[in-house]
Amino acid sequence: MKIVVCIKQVPDTKGGVQFNPDGTLNRKAMLAIMNPDDKAGLEAALRLRDQYGAEVTVITMGLPKAKDVLIEAMAMGADKAILITDRVLGGADTWATSTTLAGALRNLEYDLIMTGRQAIDGDTAQVGPQISEHLGIPVISYAQKLDIAGGYVIVQRQYEDGYHVLKAKMPCLITALAELNKPRYMTPGGIFDACEAEITTYNRGHLIDVDDANLGLTGSPTKIARASDKVKKGSGEQVNLDPEASVAYILEKLTEKHII
Amino acid sequence: MALLLVLLDHYAIVEETIMDFNLDKKHEMARALFQEFAENEVKPLAQEVDETEAFPVATVKNMAACGFLGIPVPKEYGGQGCDTLTYAMCVEELAKVCGTTAVIVSAHTSLCIDPIMTYGTSAQKEKYLPPLAKGEKLGAFGLTEPGAGTDAQGQQTKAVLDGDEWVLNGSKVFITNGKYADLYIIIAVTGIVEKRGKPLKEISAFIVEKGTPGFTFGTKEKKMGIRGSATYELIFTDCRIPKENLLGVQGKGFGIAMHTLDGGRIGIAAQALGLAEGALARTVEYVKERKQFGRSIAQFQNTQFQLADMATKVQAAQMLVYRAAKAKEQGGSYSTEAAMAKLYAAEIAMEVTTKAVQLHGGYGYIREYEVERMMRDAKITEIYEGTSEVQRMVISADLLK
Repeated sequence: MKIVVCIKQVPDTKGGVQFNPDGTLNRKAMLAIMNPDDKAGLEAALRLRDQYGAEVTVITMGLPKAKDVLIEAMAMGADKAILITDRVLGGADTWATSTTLAGALRNLEYDLIMTGRQAIDGDTAQVGPQISEHLGIPVISYAQKLDIAGGYVIVQRQYEDGYHVLKAKMPCLITALAELNKPRYMTPGGIFDACEAEITTYNRGHLIDVDDANLGLTGSPTKIARASDKVKKGSGEQVNLDPEASVAYILEKLTEKHII
Repeated sequence: MALLLVLLDHYAIVEETIMDFNLDKKHEMARALFQEFAENEVKPLAQEVDETEAFPVATVKNMAACGFLGIPVPKEYGGQGCDTLTYAMCVEELAKVCGTTAVIVSAHTSLCIDPIMTYGTSAQKEKYLPPLAKGEKLGAFGLTEPGAGTDAQGQQTKAVLDGDEWVLNGSKVFITNGKYADLYIIIAVTGIVEKRGKPLKEISAFIVEKGTPGFTFGTKEKKMGIRGSATYELIFTDCRIPKENLLGVQGKGFGIAMHTLDGGRIGIAAQALGLAEGALARTVEYVKERKQFGRSIAQFQNTQFQLADMATKVQAAQMLVYRAAKAKEQGGSYSTEAAMAKLYAAEIAMEVTTKAVQLHGGYGYIREYEVERMMRDAKITEIYEGTSEVQRMVISADLLK
């Protein structure tokens, strides 16, 4: 079995978000980590390999320094790594990204493609399903549990109030939730090997069946008007009234804000 | 001119081997891994491990799964194939949050795996290294006896060859990982030899498996620090082990023990270093928060000067520890480097943790604050695997030889 895992290097948002004056993310000021949902996808792939035997390839698109996230994936146990990097691919939104990844994936054999549900920097949850559309294969998103049986995947897809159990024929694409598993740590020996391992590099020329008009900033229909960090809520207003007066007060406030 | 070139060449080599303290990418990544593991998996348990004196069985299993119990073991024997520096960094990072967990890894790796790697026959390596390196089995080392600590010639435990078996009688005390370890390197007297007209004990080393009839455990010691580490007495009563469990050459056990302790000192030096670093980090956080006389105590010059001294000594200790680890990796003797690293790191660990407690004031004396535990944990680093006095003997013996 061949599994390809799409991973993304994202800024660690744990310590808050930093912006450039133009409103884009100041990635240099923030630590880069493997996107948590993607890491769960990688762990799921590695567990399938441990259980059934498989070859796990990780692939990412980004600046040359995105290689670090591939090294981390290999130190966790991934067998092969591919970095897609090219100036013409810069500034890509989800459409241009999924077009690029699909173009790269057309070079590879796969039974299963794993992606994370969404990245913590963009939070769109679009790239995984878009890739499946480009490649014409089924997608099951929001996987919270995953198994394989005779050429099929059986997935628990999370819903707000429960889950669906879905079965799909491979090849297919699955988007993983961070809750899917607890990813393993790298091993010291894995790190030593990964630092020496060869990483395949793709550029625009390696992408199959893609139009330049769908790549990079120019191929991105999304335009960002403005971006901001989470707006901190104020401490609110405290009033101490008897129940009847409280109800009247709340109604007045809600009316004032046109909520009712 | 030729001489100058030779000299320049010589300096270039010295520069490269001793002065390069920049860690490469793989060591940086390994440190990040150890740090993440220590923060997430070890730190939350450290206080409980200390309070209950419970050996952290689950943590050991967890570390085994991550390969931490076979870091310097070649891949062909199931290890990680990394170097001594990586191993020392692992012990250091663990000790930053838990002295107990750090010494479990150190005793297992330096005192059990290392002598088997260095002196074991191929059969012994094939049999014992894979389970040790994968952490399926835990290792320990027994040299110290009630009447023989630093003076290894005072050994009383005897091993007598009887047919195809060695018969062990005697006892060992203060054995780290005791009872929980599956494999023990045991030092015993195998006869008397004459050297320069004087009778001298012939000492040999053995591999003894837990569960061998006649091998039992005595009392568990109650300690000041590293309270979760299991420290037991080992008792051998007509304990018969196969002849092939002799480690190395018969009569060379003293050298094996001393060489093993040289390596062990790098592990303990790394543990001491980690304790000092951990205490310094907690103190830096604390002095910024603690307010007295209307300002944080970090604003007092006394605090600033104390912290500056602590940080400088920690940095110096780290250089000595890494240098010793690199010296071991390069082969040849590294006794002096290891002794210097252990001596200095242990002494500054005691000093830094004591100052950390002092800067915490009354809170530093309360168990809830980690520096209290770190100060108790630090004391042992000046004592075990050769006291600071023994390290001074080793260092000066090298100077005066």
